Amino acid sequence: MGYIVELENVDKIYGENHVVKSLNLKVEEGEFLTLLGSSGCGKTTTLRMIAGFEEPTNGNIRVEGEAIEDKEPYERDVNTVFQSYALFPHMTIYDNIAYGLKMKKVPKDEVQERVLHMMDLVQLGGFEKRYPSQLSGGQKQRVAIARALINRPKVLLLDEPLGALDLKLRKQMQLELKRLQKKLNITFIYVTHDQEEALTMSDRIAIMHDGILDQLGTPTEIYEKPATRFVATFIGETNIFDGAVADVKDGQVQVTIENGIISAKDFMSKSGQYVTISVRPEKMKFRDTPTTDFTIPAVVKDYVYVGSIIKCVVELPNGNEIRIERLAGQELPELGTTIYPYWDMEDAVVIHGQEQEMLRAMDSIQFS
Amino acid sequence: MEDRHRMHNFRSNTLPAIVMVGPVTLFMVLLVAVPLIYVAVMSFCSIDDNYNVVFQFTWKNYVRLANADYMKIYGQSLLIALITTVLSLLIGYPFAYIISRSDSRWKKLLYMLVIIPFWTNSLIRIYGWRTFLGSNGWLNTALQALHIVKEPVEFLFQRGTTVLGMVYCLIPFMILPLYTAIEKVDGSLLEASSDLGARRIITFFRIVIPLTASGIFSGCLMVFIPCLGYFFVSEILGGGNSDVIGNLIERQFQSGNNWPLGAALSIILIVVTLVLVKLFQKAGGNMEDLGM
Ligand SMILES: Nc1ncnc2c1ncn2[C@@H]1O[C@H](COP(=O)(O)OP(=O)(O)OP(=O)(O)O)[C@@H](O)[C@H]1O
Ligand SMILES: [Mg+2]
Repeated sequence: MGYIVELENVDKIYGENHVVKSLNLKVEEGEFLTLLGSSGCGKTTTLRMIAGFEEPTNGNIRVEGEAIEDKEPYERDVNTVFQSYALFPHMTIYDNIAYGLKMKKVPKDEVQERVLHMMDLVQLGGFEKRYPSQLSGGQKQRVAIARALINRPKVLLLDEPLGALDLKLRKQMQLELKRLQKKLNITFIYVTHDQEEALTMSDRIAIMHDGILDQLGTPTEIYEKPATRFVATFIGETNIFDGAVADVKDGQVQVTIENGIISAKDFMSKSGQYVTISVRPEKMKFRDTPTTDFTIPAVVKDYVYVGSIIKCVVELPNGNEIRIERLAGQELPELGTTIYPYWDMEDAVVIHGQEQEMLRAMDSIQFS
Repeated sequence: MEDRHRMHNFRSNTLPAIVMVGPVTLFMVLLVAVPLIYVAVMSFCSIDDNYNVVFQFTWKNYVRLANADYMKIYGQSLLIALITTVLSLLIGYPFAYIISRSDSRWKKLLYMLVIIPFWTNSLIRIYGWRTFLGSNGWLNTALQALHIVKEPVEFLFQRGTTVLGMVYCLIPFMILPLYTAIEKVDGSLLEASSDLGARRIITFFRIVIPLTASGIFSGCLMVFIPCLGYFFVSEILGGGNSDVIGNLIERQFQSGNNWPLGAALSIILIVVTLVLVKLFQKAGGNMEDLGM
């Protein structure tokens, strides 16, 4: 399998600020890859290094197998859709979109044909003579996308392109972008910090955290098999339990946590290891009595209604809260009763090697 | 900005407008309107045999200005102003660009280098050039000491020397509006241009120059107009060989002692200035860039 973009041990350091840490990322041709992560984790910096606006402090970046360190941005077969649009205010929409082709000295007739076609594609027909200041946010957005796409780059970099749009327009543009990407078969590297956007649009998601690539995988993999504590908490809602492995047998572990014992399916753990167990709220079950595998009591504290979903908040003896989620009408325990939460062994994800994160989570607990 | 706005409202709401506007209007009338009218009236006056101004209407002053000798000097003055403007732009633009693109420490220093000359009298600085360029000046002394030339070179009293002095005096007026305009150009536009395949030089001509056009206009105007009047530069460095309109005016009021003629010349200069400002406005220039 040929990779179109490869980042190999890429570091970026600004002064004392280590922004991207030893990043390894291989992007497949034609895929829609999303860089997802909280603010300041280095997403934009990564894109800017691929585009050529920043140089990596260490490491290599290759496009189509060719090292591009020494290429200026204008020599790279990569185009960018800027978060701020960066439309040229003194040029008409037509000239904005035609800019890249003019730079490549494409004949005038062909420029005209391709610009008009591209304007139709992004549904901006008839806007040729307008200036950027005469467009709405969503229209500017589409000009920015058209201006980049028209060059038929091998790779299109998009930095939170829908960030400034309202929800409805955002949904609509998401579909449109996805459609264009499939139609033109261009590799997209897409930055967002909206997890829902990432989950619905991407072929694969790269989750970044503090400059580190935590996990790279399909939306399903990321959701169902989070590789780190951060990924588990960042994508969707989840219940997190930190503890130490007490017993391992038959591909199943028993883990001692603060309030008792929980269990999960796992082949990798060894006795005494610290592990984190993540269980999605919709996978949580409950009963009236403890078993040998699940001994934690919990008190039902509250109900939260979110549309057709009911979230049941239960409190563990140590004060931690966990959530059980059901569709409206399904059975839930009564307020104030004590229950014993459990789950099917295969519904829990056991995450290893997260001692640092566990300590950090403990530090952040407020003792009153 | 916000604050200033609020302050403004506050004042205009609480103080009677007349108290605020009155003194300013009075000032403007006394210091601008009255002298202007005085000059305009004088330009239509005659003089008697003893060069005294007499209030007797005549077109004669304006007719005299159409004389070929004067025409030559207007032409020369416009040419000097044009060359000065072009040179100031060619030198000033890269300089302004460098200031605006350098990091903040250098930026302050370079900016100061442009501002500091404002704090010294330009007459003194022009005399400095004369000392430097004169036949016994530093430059000639150095050139002779280095055996590059045998006889002192006549640097002074050429049209080029006048232009040099003009550029030297006026270039800050070019750099400052350019700097302001360049600062306003959004860096991501330059990145976008580069991303779309434009080399730096093309980005410069296609993006930076058009987006700083209003700064270029105002810089040119701020250099061109004073250049028509800076008589002391051509007097000290040009030695009468490269007079500008300002020299003609000065001479009528001093040695020529023909005030009505000088007044007529002044009116011409004012009209030329107004026409240029009007053209500037027509070309889409922002009056605020001129400090108006
Ligand atoms: N030119 C720079 N000089 C110094 N530090 C920088 C520079 N650019 C970015 N940083 C720092 O690098 C870190 C990562 O920035 P980056 O813009 O890549 O974040 P991001 O993941 O895109 O965040 P967001 O979602 O908020 O856009 C931040 O802490 C930022 O302060
Ligand atoms: Mg960013």
